[in-house]
Amino acid sequence: MTAPLTIAGRELRSRLLLGTGGFDRLQTLGEAIDACECELVTVAMRRVDAAARGSVLDVIAACGVDVLPNTAGCFTARDAVLTAQLAREALQTDWVKLEVIGDERTLLPDAPELLVAAEQLVDDGFVVLPYTNDDPVLARRLEDAGCAAVMPLGSPIGSGMGIANPANLTLIVERAGVPVILDAGVGTASDAALAMELGCDGVLCASAISRAADPVAMAHAIRHGVRAGVLARGAGRISRRTHARASSPVQGVAEFAE
Amino acid sequence: MIYVNGDPTEAGDAPTIDDVLRSVDIDPQSAGIAVAVDAEVARRGVWSTRIVCDGARVEIVRAVQGG
Repeated sequence: MTAPLTIAGRELRSRLLLGTGGFDRLQTLGEAIDACECELVTVAMRRVDAAARGSVLDVIAACGVDVLPNTAGCFTARDAVLTAQLAREALQTDWVKLEVIGDERTLLPDAPELLVAAEQLVDDGFVVLPYTNDDPVLARRLEDAGCAAVMPLGSPIGSGMGIANPANLTLIVERAGVPVILDAGVGTASDAALAMELGCDGVLCASAISRAADPVAMAHAIRHGVRAGVLARGAGRISRRTHARASSPVQGVAEFAE
Repeated sequence: MIYVNGDPTEAGDAPTIDDVLRSVDIDPQSAGIAVAVDAEVARRGVWSTRIVCDGARVEIVRAVQGG
């Protein structure tokens, strides 16, 4: 057994969080939520579309999981703060996955705006989970600002490139006093396992699951990847060596006649 | 004229937020929606009484799928 993930005093049995974006059908989303065995799933806030059919909230409620609104699509601290406040009003949660994006091409966080938004939201009573760069200094600044967790990217959103800078991620983990949740970049189960092996406390996946050829099967795979990574981290991997080291005895090797 | 989610909308004289919502076929009792008027959140408790000024920009949002 492994200890639960605790964020802002709340225990989560699952260390996998699911982003609900990218699923073609709500039914598949529901099946993927079940397959992930997650407890928190993200949603975005957008203008009401009177023509829209079906509600992601109905699916989430039917699965018995809780919603974590994000501020995706915001490019300024002002817009992110307002979006979080709207989400709190609409969804009755003061938890927010804070995203402040620098540009549409990379979808990388805008660090100065992110920090300003984090400070304002913490002051406003939010439990802030910021999507951040794989920058140990920024992660520390966000923690100092009162964020309940930090969510560094492995690589750009939706890229599936995995963990581009494991050294930086390790530095973030080593220094963090709040949970570290890998957010963005996971492409497959081994990426999630690596995140946990490096010491992350959790993984958030969206595209890796929703855009897989078989999203529900990938949800199962990534859940097991997270689990495998946790177990491997706890087991203590061997050190990397430059040269080989035999595992069979070096003594007692038979010497055969010429 | 009031701008609702970017679209110019006629919602009558001195409309409340409830009136504005109804003018775009949204039931004010709907769960899971939130409203900002001129970039400030309008709490649900004031929707039935707060008058929306001419020229105001009203944003009505709800949760959608998102990562």
